[in-house]
Amino acid sequence: MLTTFVLQISKQLNHHLQENSKPFDMVIGAKGSPLQLVLSAILHIDNPTGNISLDEALGVLKNPMVKDAIPVSYGDNYKGYKILGTSDKYLLRYRATLKEGALNVQDFETVFGFEVAKKLNIRIGDSVVSSHGLLQNEIEVHDEKPFIVTGILAPTGTVIDNLIITNLESIWKVHDFEDEHEEYSEEHKEITALLLNFRNPIGALQFSRFINKETGLQAAFPKFEIDRLLKFLGIGFRTINSIAIVIFLIAGLSIFINLIKTVRERKHELALLRTYGTNTFQLLKLIFFEALFLSLIGGVLGWFLGRVGILLFSTLATNGYTYHFEISVPDIEEFFLLIAIILITILATILASFSLFKLNISKTLGDA
Amino acid sequence: MVRTTSLSFAYQNSKNHTFYFPRIDLTSKENALIIGPSGIGKTTLLHLMAGLLIPKKGNVYIGNTLIHQLTRSQLNDFRGKHIGLIFQRAYFIKSLTVQENLSMREKLSRKTIDLHRRKQLIEQLELTEIKNKKVHEISEGQRQRLSIALGVVHKPKVILADEPTSNLDDANCERVISLLKKEAQICKSNLVIITHDQRVKSHFKKHITL
Repeated sequence: MLTTFVLQISKQLNHHLQENSKPFDMVIGAKGSPLQLVLSAILHIDNPTGNISLDEALGVLKNPMVKDAIPVSYGDNYKGYKILGTSDKYLLRYRATLKEGALNVQDFETVFGFEVAKKLNIRIGDSVVSSHGLLQNEIEVHDEKPFIVTGILAPTGTVIDNLIITNLESIWKVHDFEDEHEEYSEEHKEITALLLNFRNPIGALQFSRFINKETGLQAAFPKFEIDRLLKFLGIGFRTINSIAIVIFLIAGLSIFINLIKTVRERKHELALLRTYGTNTFQLLKLIFFEALFLSLIGGVLGWFLGRVGILLFSTLATNGYTYHFEISVPDIEEFFLLIAIILITILATILASFSLFKLNISKTLGDA
Repeated sequence: MVRTTSLSFAYQNSKNHTFYFPRIDLTSKENALIIGPSGIGKTTLLHLMAGLLIPKKGNVYIGNTLIHQLTRSQLNDFRGKHIGLIFQRAYFIKSLTVQENLSMREKLSRKTIDLHRRKQLIEQLELTEIKNKKVHEISEGQRQRLSIALGVVHKPKVILADEPTSNLDDANCERVISLLKKEAQICKSNLVIITHDQRVKSHFKKHITL
């Protein structure tokens, strides 16, 4: 159970992280931890490292190496789901398509990701009020400027499913309205991060060095950071897996002990069957199938519990990190697990069979 | 027909002590009692005849077969087909019903299954009412009768019974003996009974004393 659980979680997490970070070569954001930048700007798990000024970011775009750049700005949420201000290219990057409605064109028009719309039961034409910060709260509600839902996206299996997309201007304007009395002019517009793609990888490398050294910005490679993260996680997964293997071996041992017990407890029956004309090999088969039956039931049950575990974990992850894991059909690793179960049962039967061969029918049945 | 040449047997762990047994020579349908004090090797002799133990010397003919010349698996098959064993303590397959135990015995003998015979046997041994009960639910007398049924259901050439009456009252004892004799007659088989039970002796002409 533990093994299938870990296998599935690690596999799906790998897939998730890589799928989501694939569309972009580089992220540029405020100085801080590069991993945090990637986690927040691309995977939308962590908090952002800070904001950067739009002017500074636009300066970056003049570099000829840059193929295209998509700004993202966020800081508000609706019932715990992140509202992301970005350009229309963002949706194209993830190959997101509309399920119904239309794309956002005007300010304060939004497109909802599939999961958000489903969870919050959002319909086209609904108006929603954002609140400040990335966690659900009622303290700072921007109720002066509601957003209008113009479209709902088809499921993509990426982070987009859990986002609310609008344009950059809407994000700025919500705060302009709030901060009317403070200085918040056109020249000081800010974004959270810039998602870039390059014409070639060497250019990207040179560019990142330039950004990190010469400007107040930070450049991070999603692929590199995700690989680093998975390496850390891998240690954890490996530890859990080793524990699972130990448990697996103990399970094998217990099958063996059970078989020995079976032979011992039921030696009268087994001896009786011998006098009925069965040979030792047939008894061996009998015991083997019994053990196999039990261990396969255990295996299937374990697989099932593993999936239930993933379901629970997925619910947790969806609530906490807007991440979800799918319940999938058995895959090749789990098939090997099944083979291992059968092999262990065979081994245990062979070991247990020694006592079967030694079975003394005369003594077993003759002793009154 | 059952015949033994001068059999001897020694248990592996007692090298000094060897059992020597007198010859047994039973013509077809002839029955015999084996009597003698406990510890003399009555059960050992019976198990030698059933091929459950291997003699140090001598051999056992059942029909025209020298059973201790057979290979292990041949002996298994032979035992399943031609020998009916009734043990002092009745053992059954616990998870099966009375009827299922009987049909299991029949199937494993690899003889053609005779449903009529099984039905008749269940009736004769008065097991009809309990035939669908699990074996742990039946009484001691019923257990004894079931174990007789298991010993004869496959029409063996020889029926070997180890103290079949030792735990029974007079009425049941009479009944068991007459049932055994009757079944032996129906199966046209030799009946060999080990006993120290005085009540049994008068029923059989041939006594083999160890």
